[in-house]
Amino acid sequence: MSDPNIVVSLREIRKTYHLGGEDIAAVDGVSLDIASGDFVAIMGASGSGKSTLLNILGCLDQPTSGAYVLDGEDVAQLDRNRLARVRNRRIGFVFQNFSLLARTSSIENVEMPLYYGIHRPAAERHARATRLLQRVGLGDRLHHTPGQLSGGQMQRVAIARALVNEPSILLADEPTGNLDSRSGAEIMTLFHELSAEGITLIMVTHSDEIARQAKRTIHMRDGRVV
Amino acid sequence: MNPLLLLRVALRALWRAKVRSLLTSLGIIVGIAAVIAMKAIGDGATAMIQNQMSSLGDNLVIIYPGSQNPGGVKGGVGTQQNLTDRDATALLRECEHVRNICPMVFAGAQTMYGANNWRTGIQGVTPSYSDVRRWGVTEGTFITDSDQRSGAHVCVLGATVAQNLFGEDEEMPENAYIRIRNIPFRVLGILEKKGTAAWGQDQDDVIIMPLSTCRRVMQRNPFDNVNQVLISLDSMDNLEAARQSITTILRERHHLADLADDDFTVRDMTEITKMVSSVASSMKILLTIIASISLVVGGIGIMNIMLVSVTERTREIGLRMAVGARQSDILWQFLVEAILLSGVGGMIGIGVGIGAAKILANAKQWPVLIDPSTILLSLGVAASIGIFFGFYPAWRASRLNPIDALRYE
Repeated sequence: MSDPNIVVSLREIRKTYHLGGEDIAAVDGVSLDIASGDFVAIMGASGSGKSTLLNILGCLDQPTSGAYVLDGEDVAQLDRNRLARVRNRRIGFVFQNFSLLARTSSIENVEMPLYYGIHRPAAERHARATRLLQRVGLGDRLHHTPGQLSGGQMQRVAIARALVNEPSILLADEPTGNLDSRSGAEIMTLFHELSAEGITLIMVTHSDEIARQAKRTIHMRDGRVV
Repeated sequence: MNPLLLLRVALRALWRAKVRSLLTSLGIIVGIAAVIAMKAIGDGATAMIQNQMSSLGDNLVIIYPGSQNPGGVKGGVGTQQNLTDRDATALLRECEHVRNICPMVFAGAQTMYGANNWRTGIQGVTPSYSDVRRWGVTEGTFITDSDQRSGAHVCVLGATVAQNLFGEDEEMPENAYIRIRNIPFRVLGILEKKGTAAWGQDQDDVIIMPLSTCRRVMQRNPFDNVNQVLISLDSMDNLEAARQSITTILRERHHLADLADDDFTVRDMTEITKMVSSVASSMKILLTIIASISLVVGGIGIMNIMLVSVTERTREIGLRMAVGARQSDILWQFLVEAILLSGVGGMIGIGVGIGAAKILANAKQWPVLIDPSTILLSLGVAASIGIFFGFYPAWRASRLNPIDALRYE
């Protein structure tokens, strides 16, 4: 925690669900430090707890117990509204299914997280979104809707959206899972570039090939890091 | 979230589903249009009736002679002959709140002009009639005091009589004489058209002549009794005081014992006015019920579509939450959508309602009164429906768990 280079610090994180009178631990005591600028792949079979861990990392879910310090702030037991603010300012999400707003232009999709943060004038929002879309190579697709874009392009819009609030960490859940291998490779290239720029990337995948491209790989089984 | 942004996001969402938004608003559009149109037509009709009521005269009170009850057989109002010219004069002089007064006698007669003839009612009146009933002439002059004093054979024709005697489009001939019961009368003028009274009588089917002439020539009556006395009060607010004053004066003049019944009847227009306004108010209640039902149905339609929309957009809600939307942001987003659906629907409804009222009014020759307060009220009601019926779906949306919402298929 004292190391300013550590962005994510998990200590004995536990998440238990109450199912049929029995406590089931989806995440069972995970301790983890991730340094700024790291590129981490989390691997594991389905049911290994990697999705639950990603939800906790993304402040979408709260751990039952344990400590989570994100960027120097203890976020383990914040209420829903505070968590929403943390997600807005510190975390960027990239989903397997892109999750873009249908019939909405790329630029508006990228701007959307800005609506929920501190107020920025429209011109500034446009400028930011345009710059990021140019950064991911879609400078000529600003006003295209998801229906007019390929899968790889949609995922790049999603990455631009994840970066729009300059987050501390970028979380990607199977980012190449819905893409053909060429588009997948493009996305991975983009991730490498972002990583080189110093962005902290945490990616969940079950593909060894994808995971191998990360700087560091974490394997999970039965809710534990192995 | 900034209110302008909220509005923008909601408008975009509605615009993406234009047809559905329009259909959803239709319930509200129809409801509000119905309210506006009915209210405009109803107010117009009430105004028309009130206009007719006041066409009877200015703050009018009518006194009839009492009934003759020989041996217990009641003759009914007007059978006694105890109301006289002098009573009328006394009332004008002594009674409070009386602005003007006009004693009247009635007769009926066949009239002729050239080849035309027409049977009509004849009213013998004093020159104050024109003031009491607020009824002037369109052509010529009204009867004068000197006509009244001399018992001149002059008359003023109602528009219907003039039409029947002089022909549809004919102007009043110069120095025209008509024959009433074969006696020549000079026509002084033609009365303004008053139209049909609230109870269906054609007020223009009448001949007016000096009271003295009518009594002597038409009624062949040697006495000075009258058939009724019209009294114009200074204000309808003083009706009760005036009624009492009239009763006291007439009882005194007729030397009635303390226990004796009145030998005259005082009538005013409040009964008819009351009846008209009670019809109008039951119409209003009926309209309000119908309008409320249609607005509630419209509101349920909005709630239904909003619930569907929330379910359909579960993943969008999850995504918005993931990127930092708070519960209140989601609540507001869907609430604003619902309010827009009902509010814009309300505005369209107001336009449609005004249009419909105008078309109907044109076709039926009714006056249309559009009350700005009704328009404001309708808008308020429409917006409230949006808030009321939009709240539950919006609340449901805001309560979604972001993880479940993101994974929703």
